[in-house]
Amino acid sequence: MLDDFLVRAFVAGVGLAIAAGPLGCFVVWRRMAYFGDAISHAAILGVALSLAFSLSPIVGVLLVVLLMSFVIARYAGKLYAIDTLLGVAAHLSLALGLVAVSQLTGVRLDLPSYLFGDILAVSKTDIVVVWMGSLLAVGLLLWRWVPLLTSTLNPDLAVSKGFNVDRERLVLMVSLALLIAVSIKLVGALLISAILIVPAAAARVFSRTPEQMALVAIVIGVASVALGLGLSLYADTPSGPSIVVGSGVFFIIANVVSTVVKNAQQRKHQT
Amino acid sequence: MPDRKIMTTNSLISTENVCLHYGNDVVLHDIDFAVHPREIVTILGPNGSGKSSFLRILIGALQPSGGRIMRQKHLRIGYVPQRLSIDSNLPMSVNRFLSLGSRTDSILKQKWIDQVGIESLLPMQVSQLSGGQLQRVMLAQALLSNPQVLILDEATQGLDQQGEAAFYRLIEQVRNEQGCAIVLVSHDLHVVMSASDRVVCLNGHVCCEGAPTIVSAAPEYRALFGLGTEGALALYRHDHDHSHDDGHEHHHHDHKH
Repeated sequence: MLDDFLVRAFVAGVGLAIAAGPLGCFVVWRRMAYFGDAISHAAILGVALSLAFSLSPIVGVLLVVLLMSFVIARYAGKLYAIDTLLGVAAHLSLALGLVAVSQLTGVRLDLPSYLFGDILAVSKTDIVVVWMGSLLAVGLLLWRWVPLLTSTLNPDLAVSKGFNVDRERLVLMVSLALLIAVSIKLVGALLISAILIVPAAAARVFSRTPEQMALVAIVIGVASVALGLGLSLYADTPSGPSIVVGSGVFFIIANVVSTVVKNAQQRKHQT
Repeated sequence: MPDRKIMTTNSLISTENVCLHYGNDVVLHDIDFAVHPREIVTILGPNGSGKSSFLRILIGALQPSGGRIMRQKHLRIGYVPQRLSIDSNLPMSVNRFLSLGSRTDSILKQKWIDQVGIESLLPMQVSQLSGGQLQRVMLAQALLSNPQVLILDEATQGLDQQGEAAFYRLIEQVRNEQGCAIVLVSHDLHVVMSASDRVVCLNGHVCCEGAPTIVSAAPEYRALFGLGTEGALALYRHDHDHSHDDGHEHHHHDHKH
């Protein structure tokens, strides 16, 4: 069954969605959308460095993304406003990565596949790697779920309960870096943060608790992968962007449905 | 300073010479403070007196620039922050919020929900609550962690006077039934007077402390809040304490001569 490239792509995409759902929720709750963008752009630099030092791209990406997270977390709001710093970090690391890649001689590198991903080209090994990284990231989140949620809600409240807010943030950063490292081959550095944010934003509409939102985000993520792959197959569109388009469809449907339901409830209330 | 330790034995949280600086600004200096089991302590001070900073030092959210802070091992703290602004992207029902880090069984949970009067709020979203409702929900949340000490930062903000009085009755009831110590911050002695065992008057340092009746008559307290004797006489019945009568007699005596 896994011999079919489409099945492999779907299985890999599901692995990605399982971690992207809850992680994306935290990105949305903590207003880290630009942070996610900045560190995923740094992944290209990670790819270039791994090729230069003949490392596995995953290792290089993981290291560079983690380093970038620490630098941003350390200096955010101190020297510059956070959005300025993130803008500098995101574009500089992307540009630096592209320059570094161009200087690599004797290495055959398919740059667009690292920018936009190529989920249709995943191997069985890739699937194993994606699922391992994804499950590890989700495992970390589940292990620290209540402390993470509490420190997202109110850091002082978390401290009063004996949680270490800095350590919880570190856990979140490591899981995020893990997901970015394993997903760069699937959806690419430019689209990872879309996979994180769009399903979570769509899930917000249907949820009354954080846990519901995380689960619904996973479901929407899986559905987006299916829709995107279908689109890619029938219209011969690039797979990574198609998946993002798929999640966008669910985002719009979610908001239209909720608006209609709300209006209907209001009208019912009035009569 | 070993002699100071005598004062702090048996205390749940205590501080010794705690200071807090931001650059050259001294927010707090030389604060010796202790909370003992079952005690209701009110920290009183005008805006900008460092009350909230001091509370954040007590719960461990802020590191003091100098001095020592001691907490009993594995101390369970129930903290009610001044505000709780939940991001609109984070769905959080009252019921889910209450069970966050809860350490009580369902029977005790129900008891506090009834007593704090938030049963009808359970299915609502925390972000939809009014100021008074949110205060009660946060109090219940803190109580459900089965605290040994409950720390409330301006918990009555946004409540009217009746609501405020009711809130303090609830606090007293909590102390009596739960047996926990309570540290409150307020800028108004008037309301907290009946409920507090001890009042600590803070303005960068501890100006005065003691039973509420004593503090309300202390010149440091009056100077801090800009209270004239006349206005204070109308506000606080306890002004007819002996210390002031003495002053009065003395004055009278002077006049005769």
